[in-house]
Amino acid sequence: MSSAITDFGHHDAHGEPRGLLRWLTTTNHKDIGILYMLFGLTMFLLGGFFAELIRGQLIHPANHLLTPELYNQVITLHGLVMVFGALMPVTAGFANYLVPLMIGAPDMALPRLNNWGFWLLPPAAIVLVLPFVLKLIGIGNGPVDTGWTMYAPLSVQGGPGVDFAIFAIFLLGASSLMASINIVVTIFNLRAPGMTLMQMPLFVWSWLMTSFLLIAVFPALIAGSAMLLADRHFGTHFFSAAGGGDPVLWEHLFWFFGHPEVYILLFPTAGIMSHILPTFARKPVFGYRAQVYSYWAIAALSVVVWAHHMFTSGMPVAGQLYFMYSTMLISVPLGVLFFCWMGTIWQGALSFETPMLFALGYIVLFGIGGLTGLVLADAVADQQYHNSFFLVAHFHYALFGGPIMGVIAGVYYWLPKMTGRMYSERLGKWHFWLTMIGFNITFMSQFFLGVAGMPRRIPDYALQFAPLNMVSSLGAFLLGASQLLLVYNIARAAAGYGKPATNEVWDGAQGLEFTLPSPPPHHTFEEQPVVT
Amino acid sequence: MSEASRAARIMTQRAANRRLAFALLFVALGFLGFGFGLVPLYNSFCQITGLNGKTGEATARPAGGVDLSRTVTVEFTSTVMPGLPWRFEPMVRRLRIHPGEPANAAYLAVNLGGTRRDGQAIMSVSPEQAATHFKKIECFCYHKQALDPQQTRLMPIVFFVSRDLPQEISTITVSYSAFPVTEEVALRGENRRER
Repeated sequence: MSSAITDFGHHDAHGEPRGLLRWLTTTNHKDIGILYMLFGLTMFLLGGFFAELIRGQLIHPANHLLTPELYNQVITLHGLVMVFGALMPVTAGFANYLVPLMIGAPDMALPRLNNWGFWLLPPAAIVLVLPFVLKLIGIGNGPVDTGWTMYAPLSVQGGPGVDFAIFAIFLLGASSLMASINIVVTIFNLRAPGMTLMQMPLFVWSWLMTSFLLIAVFPALIAGSAMLLADRHFGTHFFSAAGGGDPVLWEHLFWFFGHPEVYILLFPTAGIMSHILPTFARKPVFGYRAQVYSYWAIAALSVVVWAHHMFTSGMPVAGQLYFMYSTMLISVPLGVLFFCWMGTIWQGALSFETPMLFALGYIVLFGIGGLTGLVLADAVADQQYHNSFFLVAHFHYALFGGPIMGVIAGVYYWLPKMTGRMYSERLGKWHFWLTMIGFNITFMSQFFLGVAGMPRRIPDYALQFAPLNMVSSLGAFLLGASQLLLVYNIARAAAGYGKPATNEVWDGAQGLEFTLPSPPPHHTFEEQPVVT
Repeated sequence: MSEASRAARIMTQRAANRRLAFALLFVALGFLGFGFGLVPLYNSFCQITGLNGKTGEATARPAGGVDLSRTVTVEFTSTVMPGLPWRFEPMVRRLRIHPGEPANAAYLAVNLGGTRRDGQAIMSVSPEQAATHFKKIECFCYHKQALDPQQTRLMPIVFFVSRDLPQEISTITVSYSAFPVTEEVALRGENRRER
């Protein structure tokens, strides 16, 4: 059976629309994948701009770069933009571009839904950031300023910016659910003949688990946000104690979504690891089955550990013990993944091209993020570290050191495939080392600040924290500036400069996507390949 | 393969895709319902376990008589939330009682504002392990309290501490927070969920 299923409501005979209309109406998975990734890159730069504002404010004690109100708005937008605007879309972009290529499908299963899912994102981003722009020209009192966790009762009392954020969450949630449903249907229904689930590339597996998690937990955030909206405008009291509600309920709803969200961000890049490491170690992937089972174990555990974010909310001892042990239990399947990655490169003939450097950086930095997570999972130690800069450093190691490093590794790995041009290896290496150095200067110092007792989310600090904050801010400026190298490398390859890439791109790269020309034609696998 | 059988396969494929997509949509809607369902779920979970300081209730005298061998200290505290111009404090700050012994306490509320203001007291008990063992027979916190300007009201609470209070607990702190009642809360009547 090698016949094609090419008709997905798309007729070439009509002549395709050009220019903007092409991108607005496209149902092609590669186009939509590229749109997702460009959107993610834009949001990454915007979120990075907010991050630089934060570090600019904190470079000196008693600094007046931002007002306290503006500072609160900036940290909130930084978090929301980076998580929902940058990381989730960019990993969804990888999924859209790569999953059909990796499983030998002609396109995603539901191409029109795919288009709709993407085009919900720009309105969501506009709704989220619009109050910030309006404030700059003197309209309204600014965007959401509650921190990205939007804790009640603060978010119940907050200004209209909170409503904008709630509507952005509705749009983002609808978009994510559409993308997830589409990916699951594609993986289940459109695999090349002969490809069983346990023969799928690990990136495909990782996105299958991500989709399952999204379908399970994003609705809880939508429900919680709907309750928040009702509390704010329709006189309900889900989260207000005066009417018999409970502010802690919001924390439960939020973290029931929020903790699995960490793995939603992580999984796709864990999958990317298992493509890059074998290529540059010139060895087959180590422990395929163990990695798949680890994904399952992590996904299952991730939905039952949420309250470790709430140890200081006055939880009884029994609850603290349960959430402490279940959280620590997650490190077992995560440890299996780490050992599989290390097993893959063990005694391999390693070469250190840019994707490999970022992949190795991912293992180191995400490793530090994971191990400091164990410190925070200790319910007793958490009483001190919670809401200190130790926590800030921890989740930046976990989310920048993990997903963002992994995404950048994936960009360098598949960019030649997508554009047909090699990036500049020299600039790529510069990008890696400046990122690695800048990142560690920025966030390693924040571990020390946190242990010394510097609280997060406050635009000023005591004098004894001044030297390390100066170090951290300088590191952040270096880290931010070095990302321009990534932008340049992408733009250069996309504009058609650089060495042409071969079909295989990398010596010995495995996977169906490397059997196609670089860049792949608009329509691929119209005749599905047979996998044996 | 002929055009006809190709078209037929495309249609079966599309139908299968649509079926799975709708199944997943229903799963997502189920989880949306679950998200809302968490509200009553958490509430009854806290009621049963006494987590979150949710206290027990009793309509009758305690069973099993008074345990004279133990004495428990019950402390009363108060907070007035912003927006309510009340003075609100316990008449007795500390009571020493035996488990199983019904006791009375009272809070004094004065409206210091120039207009009639409604307030509603919400209670919590710590340590949390004691919450289910603190049984209210009558409490002013069951109802909203309307106070005219400068009006003073002595508000009673009748309660007992059940005999099965864990041995290691010797002090129970009962905290009341007076919240301003807005129009919307007033429309909904008394606060049912806290009972």
